[in-house]
Amino acid sequence: MESTGLKAALRVWVALVLLFLFLPILLIVIYAFDPATVESWPIQGLTLHWFSVAWHDEGARSAFLLSVKVGLLATGIALVLGSAVAYALNQFKFFGRDAISFLLVLPIALPGIVTGLALNSFFTFTSIQLSLWTIVIGHATFCIVMVFNNVIARLRRTPGSLAEASIDLGARGWQTQLYVMMPSVATALVSGGLLAFALSFDEVVVTVFTSGAQNTLPIWIFGQLRLAQHLPEVNAVVSIVIVLTIIPVLLAARIAGAGAGSRTARAAAVQDTGRI
Amino acid sequence: MTPNTADQPAPGGAWSKISAALWRRPWARATLLLTPPLAWFVVIYLAALVVLLITAFWETNSFTNNLERIWNLGNFSTIFTTPAYRSVILRTVGMAAGVTAVDGIIAFPFAYFMARVATRRTRTILYVAILLPLWASYLAKVYAWQLVFTRDGVLNWSLGKIALGPLNLINTNWAVFIAFCYIWLPYMVIPVYAALDRIPGSMIEASQDLGGRTWRTTRSVILPLALPGIVAGSIFTFSLTLGDYIIPELLGGTNSVFIGSVAYDSFLSNNIPLGAAMAIVPIAIMICYLLGARALGAFREL
Repeated sequence: MESTGLKAALRVWVALVLLFLFLPILLIVIYAFDPATVESWPIQGLTLHWFSVAWHDEGARSAFLLSVKVGLLATGIALVLGSAVAYALNQFKFFGRDAISFLLVLPIALPGIVTGLALNSFFTFTSIQLSLWTIVIGHATFCIVMVFNNVIARLRRTPGSLAEASIDLGARGWQTQLYVMMPSVATALVSGGLLAFALSFDEVVVTVFTSGAQNTLPIWIFGQLRLAQHLPEVNAVVSIVIVLTIIPVLLAARIAGAGAGSRTARAAAVQDTGRI
Repeated sequence: MTPNTADQPAPGGAWSKISAALWRRPWARATLLLTPPLAWFVVIYLAALVVLLITAFWETNSFTNNLERIWNLGNFSTIFTTPAYRSVILRTVGMAAGVTAVDGIIAFPFAYFMARVATRRTRTILYVAILLPLWASYLAKVYAWQLVFTRDGVLNWSLGKIALGPLNLINTNWAVFIAFCYIWLPYMVIPVYAALDRIPGSMIEASQDLGGRTWRTTRSVILPLALPGIVAGSIFTFSLTLGDYIIPELLGGTNSVFIGSVAYDSFLSNNIPLGAAMAIVPIAIMICYLLGARALGAFREL
């Protein structure tokens, strides 16, 4: 129905939005190769110096390791708890189902400052010392929904007749779960897990309130930016982080698609990964 | 007929017995599956929100900086009677509304193109193109705008090239506004696209058959049907803007004090009760917003 003129206008709009989305990210990466100590445009040349500085920085390195550790732990918890809820909500119809899915979205739907401050006052109230584990608890709480969304979307697309066929053919409940349901959900678990890891690895708004003396990588970066220190090095670190967080997301999209096979299913799976 | 496997001797012993017992009792399976995650949410998250609510009614001793568990409404009266705090709330809500409106305007044509004009292949590419910036490090994106707006940054260099004097946006609310619009844009595009994608082509054809031109069809058919998606997207843009303190901290100036900044500063200065009371404000705003959104049917898009 769209006239040619409207289509052309829409194309221009889409191109502009894409430029708006990607130019700033590109800029960060370009600046990472700038030899100058004070950033100004255009850049003064090309060097890998700041990457080497970042690599040898003990603070950045330990922050990076802590982020990986927190990400893995939070993702592990989210995988177990998120898929459990997805299974339960998919199989059983009961009063309060909607309330449960609402509860799961709450940590990412409420403003970050609320979740952060709430967890902080909770830990103070219960006299729990801020540590690696308080960061993990915070992250797991909002990572659960990532796994839940992916798994329940997959379960809804897996026809119930598959499980029934398996039972009719004599499989026990656990056999059906392990050999029939598990393979169809496996890729959703992997992609949900990757997204949960990416979310945890990048989180800063809540982490500031739950981390005490420990620095995750985003907290280290926030600290440097706030004090405007070591900015060229931050450029290098941030470029690495961009690559590191984008890889799991692309993997998640690919894996979610590969399991389902067809192209339409892949598009649908990519859509799941975006449904936050 | 299917063989009744439950009566056969179980090769796996106890494990099989447990599994069979669970299979026969759906409520037991549901309880087993739901207890750990629900316990996690109730014991940690809901409890934390309750503690936050309670803390807002306590106070901090201004000499010792210790938390004193004396119930009072002091924090709330401070917030609502101090003109500075009142303007903080108004500024934050205004910012959130502005960001939501601009993101909606940017996102709608983009999502429309994705849903109704693009080929399937282009659509998938655009989808990934929207998702990637969403996942690229949040701090990196904020920092990128610092690099754009700074005095010797890309913006002023480009403006200099076309002989339009320097524009120093860094440390202003404009910088904060643009960065907010940028960072939350994908959250608006995705649900609007989902809503537009779901409109049956026959509805649009019917409108055209009845003589509706492009503008009329968009206004009377597409827009009302896409509204739940727009509202769903606005929940994210609105809520995320209400609760952010990092963007104002890194890009804003002396005038860029928002609800999040006040809560963050009170946390830094160990006056948690005041911060807690301040954090109740966005919760209250979001509850009203969510109730309104639910009335418009937005949760089907989440």
